[in-house]
Amino acid sequence: MGKLVKFFSRRRTWSLPYVLFLAVFVVAPLLLIMVYAFQAEDGGFSLENFEKFIHQREAMNTFIYSIGIALITTLICILLGYPAAYILSKMRTSTARVVVMLFILPMWINVLVRTLATVALFDFLTLPLGEGALIFGMVYNFLPFMIYPIYNVLQKMDHSLIEAAEDLGATPRQVFTKVVFPLSMPGIVSGIMMVFMPTISTFAIAELLTMNNIKLFGTTIQENINNGMWHYGAALSFIMLVIIGLTTLFTGSDDENSANDGGLL
Amino acid sequence: MVKSNHIIEISNVTKSFPDKVVLDDVSLSVKQGEFLTILGPSGCGKTTLLRLIAGFNSASSGKILIDGKDMTSVPPHERPVNTVFQRYALFPNYNVYDNIAFGLKLKKVDKKEIEQRVKRALKMVGMTDYEHRDVQSLSGGQQQRVAIARAIVNRPQVLLLDEPLAALDLKMRKDMQMELKEMHSSLGITFVYVTHDQEEALTLSDTVVVMNEGVIQQIGSPTDIYNEPCNAFVADFIGESNILNATMIRDGLVEFMGKEFECVDTGFGENVPVDVVVRPEDVYIIRNAEAAMFHGTVRSCIFKGVHYEMFVDTPDGYEIQIQDYNSFEPGTEVGMMIKPADIHVMRKERTENHVEGKLVDATHVEILGEEFECAAVEGIENGATVDVSFGFSDVELTDDPDDGISWGTIRFILYKGDRYHLTVRTDEGDDIFIDTHDVWEDLDEVGIKIRPEAIKVTAITKA
Repeated sequence: MGKLVKFFSRRRTWSLPYVLFLAVFVVAPLLLIMVYAFQAEDGGFSLENFEKFIHQREAMNTFIYSIGIALITTLICILLGYPAAYILSKMRTSTARVVVMLFILPMWINVLVRTLATVALFDFLTLPLGEGALIFGMVYNFLPFMIYPIYNVLQKMDHSLIEAAEDLGATPRQVFTKVVFPLSMPGIVSGIMMVFMPTISTFAIAELLTMNNIKLFGTTIQENINNGMWHYGAALSFIMLVIIGLTTLFTGSDDENSANDGGLL
Repeated sequence: MVKSNHIIEISNVTKSFPDKVVLDDVSLSVKQGEFLTILGPSGCGKTTLLRLIAGFNSASSGKILIDGKDMTSVPPHERPVNTVFQRYALFPNYNVYDNIAFGLKLKKVDKKEIEQRVKRALKMVGMTDYEHRDVQSLSGGQQQRVAIARAIVNRPQVLLLDEPLAALDLKMRKDMQMELKEMHSSLGITFVYVTHDQEEALTLSDTVVVMNEGVIQQIGSPTDIYNEPCNAFVADFIGESNILNATMIRDGLVEFMGKEFECVDTGFGENVPVDVVVRPEDVYIIRNAEAAMFHGTVRSCIFKGVHYEMFVDTPDGYEIQIQDYNSFEPGTEVGMMIKPADIHVMRKERTENHVEGKLVDATHVEILGEEFECAAVEGIENGATVDVSFGFSDVELTDDPDDGISWGTIRFILYKGDRYHLTVRTDEGDDIFIDTHDVWEDLDEVGIKIRPEAIKVTAITKA
């Protein structure tokens, strides 16, 4: 009896359900992807899935195109999101909180519903669906994830740093380029992680907003898996995981503690 | 135009924020090359004054001249001053060298010269060889040194320091004080230093400006401020002191604690209520002897390193603080003496409360935002604006703000040997003053009652 009480009173015990969940639904599938990716159809170890990817022009092209779209989306999000975050950070906290709320509110609606609404909007305005619509949809969906971390960093920035720069002779523009912007980099990095990574792997937005005319890498993976090409699909997923991993590594190396400052979570 | 030797001229500056006045008609001149300290408790407006000089805020009214030029519309980056911030405000994205070189690079100073000047500044603050260190890896003291170097490397005409040592530990603070003083004499630039630490102010400055509630209380050399405080606030804030109610009987003779004392002050008139200040180290304490001027019983005795600090109760109910090299056990009967020159007489700022009110009827008057019963009034029209007065002891404070007729917050407590003199600010922004034996705490919310028969109403005679 005493042992049981002791067991349940330990903090470690309480993390067990989540650890189990993580193991079954996150770690195991990831391992499965790795195993499948390096397996031939007959079950033996092979690199043939990766060879297929390199030699099959179509998958490779989709892959490069997807990264291109993700880069463009991220860039547009930075260009639109930074000024928005900057203006927000200058507002009174109470006002800013309401506006941030308005930015985040649409996020509570399912991404498919939002995208279908976008399709309807383009229809209504008789605008063609396609690449432009795709980028619009991506930016529309992911912009809040760029604004929020940047806003967070700007808002927490020690105001005396700005005053110190002014005091040392910096014009308002120099204050921005030499102090505010460099110090908001952790927020931008967080924003990139929140936007770039999900955009590489989306497929629903691409399908709906381009009437299935443009394929993104996510779509390719989905198609392969749907068609029973488990090993090839796993290999493609594996490649994407590596790209995401590399992005994290690249952006995360900036500064351990400042990266946390801008986190959305 | 002949240039005056005043590097900064502040005239009639008022700064108000929507809900309060932070600086009220402040005028101050800073001499070229002097070390001037603005001293006061937190919230007294000292930092705001410094920020106005630096240009981070603008005054609601009044003018600030630096080096003879009106600074009203000059932004901070064009002012010939540099600031050392309380929390250092070093740029975390630059190393020590780039932090210090920040101002020079903006001014497009020649690269070689920047290097020389940065090195010299680092040497001055004792941080040679730290150039390439990350600023966040430095200790608080080191960061503040870098912050000082970053400011002085620009050779400003005035260096503004906003409580630069407040975040450092005691030992480090003492070292830095000495270094700042040396730096001041070797650089020859004007220092304007803001602090709430009276000892720091007295140690460092050529001139001390004591501020409270947005108003300059006294300007003078450290010795002037310490020896001749101009009012009870300054006496209480600077060093330890016994402040007592007294009556100036005639020139050279003052009465307090029911006894007459010789003093050296003159010109107050005859039988005028005054305050006297006696510093604890100026009270001589001796074994109960015939020679003593007054007697008492030691209540407590604490060793303070150099001296003992004792509190002595007199038979009349006064408490006197004394510092002496000799210790006396609690319970010991002792005699005390004060030299005439050590009794500092100050004019009382007020002897009773005065507020403006509105007469409601013959026995009621509206003051402090509420209706109070008052002594019967004759010959004044109802609804007239009137002057209302009542004594310090006629006010009763209640623990529960709702028990009083009006209410307020305790803003300042002054111990006067046998009673507390409280300043209470009401919701309406009026200050009323109360003498009480009860112990209250700063910022307590209290209810206010006033004895009706003590409220005197007089008509305001139109000028």
